[in-house]
Amino acid sequence: MGMTMTQKILAAHAGLDHVEAGQLIEAELDLVLGNDITSPVAIHEMDKMTVDTVFHKDKIALVMDHFIPNKDIKSAEHCKCVREFACKHDITNYFDVGEMGIEHALVPEKGLSVAGDVIIGADSHTCTYGALGAFSTGVGSTDMAAGMATGKAWFKVPSAIKFNIVGKPKKWVSGKDVILHIIGMIGVDGALYKSMEFVGEGIQNLTMDDRFTIANMAIEAGGKNGIFPVDDLAIAYMKEHSTRPYKIYEADPDAVYDEEYTIDLSTLEPTIAFPHLPENTKTISEIKDDVIVDQSVIGSCTNGRIDDLRIAAEILKGRKVKKGIRCIVIPATQAIYLQAMEEGLLKIFIEAGAVVSTPTCGPCLGGYMGILAAGERCISTTNRNFVGRMGHVDSEVYLASPAVAAASAVTGKISVPEELGL
Amino acid sequence: MQAKGRVFKYGDNVDTDVIIPARYLNSSDPAELATHCMEDIDKDFVNKVSKGDIIVAAKNFGCGSSREHAPMAIKAAGVSCIIAETFARIFYRNAINIGLAIIECPEASKGIEDGDEVEVDFDSGMIYNRTKGTEFKGQAFPEFMQKIIKAEGLVNYINGQNA
Repeated sequence: MGMTMTQKILAAHAGLDHVEAGQLIEAELDLVLGNDITSPVAIHEMDKMTVDTVFHKDKIALVMDHFIPNKDIKSAEHCKCVREFACKHDITNYFDVGEMGIEHALVPEKGLSVAGDVIIGADSHTCTYGALGAFSTGVGSTDMAAGMATGKAWFKVPSAIKFNIVGKPKKWVSGKDVILHIIGMIGVDGALYKSMEFVGEGIQNLTMDDRFTIANMAIEAGGKNGIFPVDDLAIAYMKEHSTRPYKIYEADPDAVYDEEYTIDLSTLEPTIAFPHLPENTKTISEIKDDVIVDQSVIGSCTNGRIDDLRIAAEILKGRKVKKGIRCIVIPATQAIYLQAMEEGLLKIFIEAGAVVSTPTCGPCLGGYMGILAAGERCISTTNRNFVGRMGHVDSEVYLASPAVAAASAVTGKISVPEELGL
Repeated sequence: MQAKGRVFKYGDNVDTDVIIPARYLNSSDPAELATHCMEDIDKDFVNKVSKGDIIVAAKNFGCGSSREHAPMAIKAAGVSCIIAETFARIFYRNAINIGLAIIECPEASKGIEDGDEVEVDFDSGMIYNRTKGTEFKGQAFPEFMQKIIKAEGLVNYINGQNA
């Protein structure tokens, strides 16, 4: 029986020739990741262990991104705890204020994830690096602690769902619409415990940033990971960002899939997830009544990359954010921030009446920097719209692409760029 | 190993944001997290829950974030066991890793109501609804996970291996 991309990577890292879905294995880790919320818990757990060193100081990444620059005293204490740990163990890839970015944009940008890797991160969106052909998955803090101590983690080899991507997306349709369409189709537990394997000729029509967005939200379908084949575009990205060797794993022709779907990109429309689940999707043409919004957030590990900012700027250029609407733009890393500045995007945002924030997860999880009051609505390029996710339990989050979030900031209701004559 | 208590019943897709909202994640103290447990889905939970009580839910319990604070809050609130049709995978791992008992059983999820008195025997995987006089067979853990649970969590398990 053949293996999927995911199964081949896991087999190689477990020292096995072959694995099958359901098999429990122990795999060697190429990177263990944590942030300022999850790492303190992991450090506390590691303190209880009889080991007092990390397995490899270069293979741990600690990224302060959720509540920094620190939003309050407790957050400051958390970051201090991680800072001291990083210093004590001489952790190479420790990223604090000034160097940090939102972890899932930062890790690939810094070249810490490449094709063929096995990566765990104490953050559910660790699945992002599947865009580069890596196996990467979210875990909790105790798994992170064990990973930091031993360099290993246990996994149940996942079965797979195959998504055959064909066609070319229309203008203003991007990776976010693709993944929201898929989650709407299979549901928030549609890929529970499984790998989501994206294949097909249509992938060449998706930018790397589109692919990062799609892999990022595999968890929103319950998936263990999302993974793409490695093509010339992915290789070019890795060569630009990393000096680490990469390894390409291709699925066997007789690999087994639980289900197979075909996604024709040319048929997709701008897609919006209504409260309070990412599966509550509607295409723009299915929205009959105006959905008035109070805030628009453009950023996050899902959509804070340079492509996303370029799309938003293309729409906001020469236009104004509607009076009364708060538009918050958050470049995901310092490098993206700088690039956006050099390309003149920040000027466009500020002149339009948007604010530009330092990189932070902030509003996405209702941390700070854009919290909603009771009854307020936000159109957001982030990844979750659960009850109370961005603030008050009676507020609402609508998930959409950067194009829709930017157009909606101008009109004050959920809109597509075409409504602005674009 | 057994659990016995009164049931708090919830539906599908109970997410980590309602189990412990991110506005409280500036703390990692289990006792403090427990005071906000389930706050956005059931305001009365923390006032009503007693040591040993059991949460019963439907599909995909614990979906969303990887925050271990979610099972930590539930465990520190006194909950002895969670029974659900299915669990989100990161929550499932986290619960095992911190030694919070969880058990998948669609029939029990359907056959148990809010307020029922329920008893769980982890060795046999049997779930007894003492209020209704019914019983269900839950899915047993694979041997590998049983070792982690017996060690009362992954940290002790690793310590045992290194000893």
